[in-house]
Amino acid sequence: MIVLNKKWPAFSWLLSFLLFLPLLAIIWQSFGDDGNVFAELWQSVLPDYMLNTLLVVVSVGALSMFIGVPIAWLVAMCQFPMRKFFVWGMLLPLAMPSYVVAFVYTDLLEYAGPIQSGLRELFGWKTAQDYSFFDVRTWFGASVMLALVLYPYVYLLARTAFLEQSQSLTQSARLLGANAWQSFWRISLPLARPAIAVAVALVAMESLADFAVVNYFAVPTLTTAVYDTWLGYGSLAAAARLSALMLAVLFVLIALERVGRAKQRHYQRSDSREPVIRHQLTGAKKWLASSLCLVVFMAGFGVPFISLINMAIDYFDVSWNQEFLDYSINSLLLAVTVSLVCLFIAIILGYFKRLSSSKYADIAPKLASTGYALPGTVLAIGVIIPLTLFDHSINEFFDSLGMAGPGLLLSGTVFAIAAGYTVRFCAIAIGSVESSFNKISPSIDMVTLTLGRSPLGMLFKVHLPLIKKGCFAALLLVFIESMKELPAALLLRPFNYETLATYVYQFVSDEQLEHGALAAIVIVLVGLIPLIFLNRSLEQQQ
Amino acid sequence: MKSMIAMAVGVMSVAGSFAAYAADEVNIYSYRQSFLIDPVVEKFEKDTGINVNVVFAKKGLAERLKREGKLTKADLVLTTDISRLMELKDKGLVAAVDSSVIESNVPANLRDPEDQWFALTTRVRNVYASKDRFGNKAISYEDLANPEFKGKICTRSGKHPYTVALVSSMIAHHGEAETKEWLTKVKENLARKPQGNDRGQIKAIAAGQCDVSLGNSYYFGKMVSDPKQKPAADNVHILFPNQDNRGAHINVSGMALTKYAPNKAAAIKLMEYLTGDLAQGIYAQVNMEYPVKVGVKKSDLVASWGDFKADNLAMSDIAKYRPTALKLLDQVKFDL
Repeated sequence: MIVLNKKWPAFSWLLSFLLFLPLLAIIWQSFGDDGNVFAELWQSVLPDYMLNTLLVVVSVGALSMFIGVPIAWLVAMCQFPMRKFFVWGMLLPLAMPSYVVAFVYTDLLEYAGPIQSGLRELFGWKTAQDYSFFDVRTWFGASVMLALVLYPYVYLLARTAFLEQSQSLTQSARLLGANAWQSFWRISLPLARPAIAVAVALVAMESLADFAVVNYFAVPTLTTAVYDTWLGYGSLAAAARLSALMLAVLFVLIALERVGRAKQRHYQRSDSREPVIRHQLTGAKKWLASSLCLVVFMAGFGVPFISLINMAIDYFDVSWNQEFLDYSINSLLLAVTVSLVCLFIAIILGYFKRLSSSKYADIAPKLASTGYALPGTVLAIGVIIPLTLFDHSINEFFDSLGMAGPGLLLSGTVFAIAAGYTVRFCAIAIGSVESSFNKISPSIDMVTLTLGRSPLGMLFKVHLPLIKKGCFAALLLVFIESMKELPAALLLRPFNYETLATYVYQFVSDEQLEHGALAAIVIVLVGLIPLIFLNRSLEQQQ
Repeated sequence: MKSMIAMAVGVMSVAGSFAAYAADEVNIYSYRQSFLIDPVVEKFEKDTGINVNVVFAKKGLAERLKREGKLTKADLVLTTDISRLMELKDKGLVAAVDSSVIESNVPANLRDPEDQWFALTTRVRNVYASKDRFGNKAISYEDLANPEFKGKICTRSGKHPYTVALVSSMIAHHGEAETKEWLTKVKENLARKPQGNDRGQIKAIAAGQCDVSLGNSYYFGKMVSDPKQKPAADNVHILFPNQDNRGAHINVSGMALTKYAPNKAAAIKLMEYLTGDLAQGIYAQVNMEYPVKVGVKKSDLVASWGDFKADNLAMSDIAKYRPTALKLLDQVKFDL
């Protein structure tokens, strides 16, 4: 289809290129001399790190899927006690920063923690030899922890997919005698597969880039190696090479999924006025459904939140800070701006990919999504490099005119943080919007264009209303991630600028989360506002 | 178009000149948590009328400084580890400071021979030991490799800067091969794989998971001062290792003036202030560190641990052996 004029593709490529710049800067660094650090790492720990990375990434992906998909389907398609609460309750773990969850759980479950101490007291055990308790600080412990805070991606995108599915399909299945289980397995699940794949890929990328959780769980991964080589051995080149290696892992994962999905395409006509007729669960089944949701909710949100409240009460006098309001406003403004920018980019690129006749159009959104898999601080360096280059050239230009330059214009400003966030979180918006675009049959485009609508008119009148839910999901996810984001904000920020996350972090990094617990609660609460608001929009029109 | 460029140029140069004539200020890139330096900074602002602005991050500030080059707004870098100070010097990011005030406040072994960095406080890598199961006995870092400690040692990650610095000092004293053997044996003695933070080690000893551990002096001090964490700390002695020979390993927190500091005069004023009696006193009281200035009083708690002999290995040696230390830690797979 050649319907777009030249401006749209040019703009799309420009956006993708800009979003790819930080990564390009890192790749460029990797060609520098690394003082043989990389080779030496190969000889010692790198194989173990790679194995750990693989174990963590694959099991977090799998666990998030096994938690997220069934719950999404139950909440979207079934009726059971407390369903209305779980609709948004299951999203809450997302508002909880992973480093907080990791801190709370390692504290609770380790040998000196209250649970094991309590058990020893209760049964009169004296030493570790008297009983066996699972060791939480393993790759599996870290994976469970990451899955507990990341499964909401799968839940949200899968639920959106289930709700966007044409009800006539599931209703036909029921008329033909299928029970709830069969209609899930044979109709809903295959139709939702692209959305689930996108979500699992996002989860995999996020766990690949994670440092805080694996660090708490004493599980060295490639991210650990990146920081070791960069900050320890002092070799940014070796660190950049490792980052490139991590991206390769990521591309293999994505390619595998693509191969698995082969050339399946499902288009559906979904009419939002169609009411969802939910399976009425009865007897033990309905209570089973409620308990499943409740257990996941408590593990991912309830327990850490209660622990935070406990800490905040214990340390209230030292943790109250009059500047909370300023920090909250900083966090909020950033999160709102970044989520809108990311959505805008996602729509531009998604629409470009859909309408472009070029076989390379697929690449643009992929380029723009790569930032998500880089460890945060490395990404921040990737952002600093082009921004300072820009600032230096401006100043040299002034110098050449014999005038005083303006100094740093872009780096070390709020713009730098917003740019860092956009590069990092664009992948989420792109994934979410794209999976909604993919459900719209191309025949709709043909009809619309034949009837004389311009491409822009079609976007506003036809596509946007159809992908509205995907857009809301994108806004919500990017907003919450931006509220929690830490490494990029920490390194890119201007002087005296704090977000809630950077404020909490200084206490976490001094081994006293207790003093930052109150601010951590504010992060969660502020994250809840859009969660409830947007979730209502997702639920409406059913 | 031309007129637009001209306008943009005009606006920018006005903005630039405003920045140049702003009130007196000092801008800090800090590897130290803001809340730890706030008490000193606030006092300085009040005493001098100079505004202090801070960016705190644990990683990457040196790289940011390097990329900003001569455009940087940062005047001063504060660090928590000698390696960061040496990195700044090695990369040519900092400048020498010629100040008689600093020179008289900071002893010669705690500042760069070329005056490119200065220590502000020192901290000891102590041995934490169970009161019941080990007691208040002499101990050395070397002892931790002895078979009597089999299954009795806890430690945080080998890659943590404080551990790496200790391993560097071992290399400086014993050479690479012997240090590798020491590390291998210490690893064999571990009760659990390296994990948690310094406070976590104290809690583990209190709970009976292990008998001895390594940790910085001030974490112990802060636990004793926190009513909720005191019970755990009360089970533990803080010991100063190697008192019979070279003395306990120390590390420093410190400062350096950036090469392109735009507010050089104000920055040096702050540097002098930080080495003075008042600031050194606050560091000692609030953070439970050892002040570098001779004659400044330690906190009562820290003083109650008694005097100790410190390893007088040159700070620059600790930084020099850092890559080798990391390599050894990787080779013996200390953390795995």
